[in-house]
Amino acid sequence: MPGRMFIPRPIPSQGAGSVSLPHSAGRLGYLARAWVLLLCAAVPVLGAQAPSAPAQRFVVLLDPAHGGDDPGAHLGPLAEKAYTLALSIRLRSLLMARGFAVVTTRDSDASVDSDRRAGIANNANAMACLSLHASESGSGVHLFVSSLAPIEARRFLPWKTAQAAWIARSLTLAGTIDSALSHASVPVALGRTALPAIDSMTCPAMAVEVAPDRSSNAQAGLDDPDYQTRVAEALAAALVEWRSEQRGDPQP
Amino acid sequence: MIPRHQTVLFILLLVASVLMGGLLWNQLRLAHRRLLQGQDSAPTQAPQVAPAEQATLMAANDADNTVEPRILSLPLPQNPEARARAVLGKLLDLYAAPDAAHPVPGGAGSIAQVFLVPIADAGGKLAPEGPELAVVNLTGAFAAGHPSGLETETLTVLSVCATLNANFPRVTQVRFLVDGQPRATLAGHADLTRTYLTAESAAPAAGDRP
Ligand SMILES: [Zn+2]
Repeated sequence: MPGRMFIPRPIPSQGAGSVSLPHSAGRLGYLARAWVLLLCAAVPVLGAQAPSAPAQRFVVLLDPAHGGDDPGAHLGPLAEKAYTLALSIRLRSLLMARGFAVVTTRDSDASVDSDRRAGIANNANAMACLSLHASESGSGVHLFVSSLAPIEARRFLPWKTAQAAWIARSLTLAGTIDSALSHASVPVALGRTALPAIDSMTCPAMAVEVAPDRSSNAQAGLDDPDYQTRVAEALAAALVEWRSEQRGDPQP
Repeated sequence: MIPRHQTVLFILLLVASVLMGGLLWNQLRLAHRRLLQGQDSAPTQAPQVAPAEQATLMAANDADNTVEPRILSLPLPQNPEARARAVLGKLLDLYAAPDAAHPVPGGAGSIAQVFLVPIADAGGKLAPEGPELAVVNLTGAFAAGHPSGLETETLTVLSVCATLNANFPRVTQVRFLVDGQPRATLAGHADLTRTYLTAESAAPAAGDRP
């Protein structure tokens, strides 16, 4: 409770009974004490209205794509929906260990439509929204920001194109994730695409598609545990970096 | 009593008309079959008598998520829609090759038809040389065989749009059908319900590195 920090402490007495206040001063003391009590009652309210920036919850939204009757791509014996859910669970524990609040769009093999995914993201007031995909095509991690043309932020945004006001920040987040993955020697491809769930999100958002690492020095399949760890930890490191860049600036 | 020569003539005429009838019925059957296969008789490979011309194929590469121009010389029919089908067919032939940088099975036969439809320009007028909407009708087999993934599907859509724009500058918008029907996504990711603007696809996909 942040308000508690502002409660003024009573000035410690210099010694019991060392100075006896005159009668009038004693009455003033009661008034002062009442004043302090009033202040004490008011401070938690004032404190709640002005939360300090460092104590603010930094929410990350993880959206494991597909699920239920939409299996996504076939990744050998595994369906994409299972891979994205496993990645989401792993990333969530890494992020929670680093002090993030994590909201997910699904925690089981459930069908969630794109409007509901965007709705969960927009209610979470997240500072980063990652829609997780996996594919056998291409190499490394593909980062896709919405292909909507950027617009100025305004009070009311059309649902289907709400992300347009966040494009600039989504591209900055993509840059942060790009450098963290490159630092972890994971090949990265950046692109723009139209995805209904991302296009409706009002947060720095992108799709993160994990593909096998086909770079000449390190061949690794999607099922390679070392590769999975490398990708998940690089994503967590990127979000730690993003948090330190974004502290106290939740608006586009 | 009927004379013998008349009987012979009658039999000959009867045999001839039965033969003619059989021949006609067979011709009708063949014509009907040709009609049913109408879409496949349109040239996917331009006839070799057509003069070879230069076409720009905007070829996708999965490794770096890019679309790069490749200029090829190939015989092209004069009819614009058949021409568009031939150019896109060549693009899909590249993708169906064994060592393709953007592997997608199917090849030229996956483009069932391309329709070029005039659309109103910025002033709301339909000009004879004005902008066009290309409707690309893909086969169901192509969509079913397309690898699933954000990058691979987006690259197919972008490279088709960019190739159309590179060879038919009047084409400003592209829509996709699968077996003549609208379809939600190509293979689970790329949105096929929207109209793609070729101006968006002209910029390389990886050019947005912040
Ligand atoms: Zn997916």
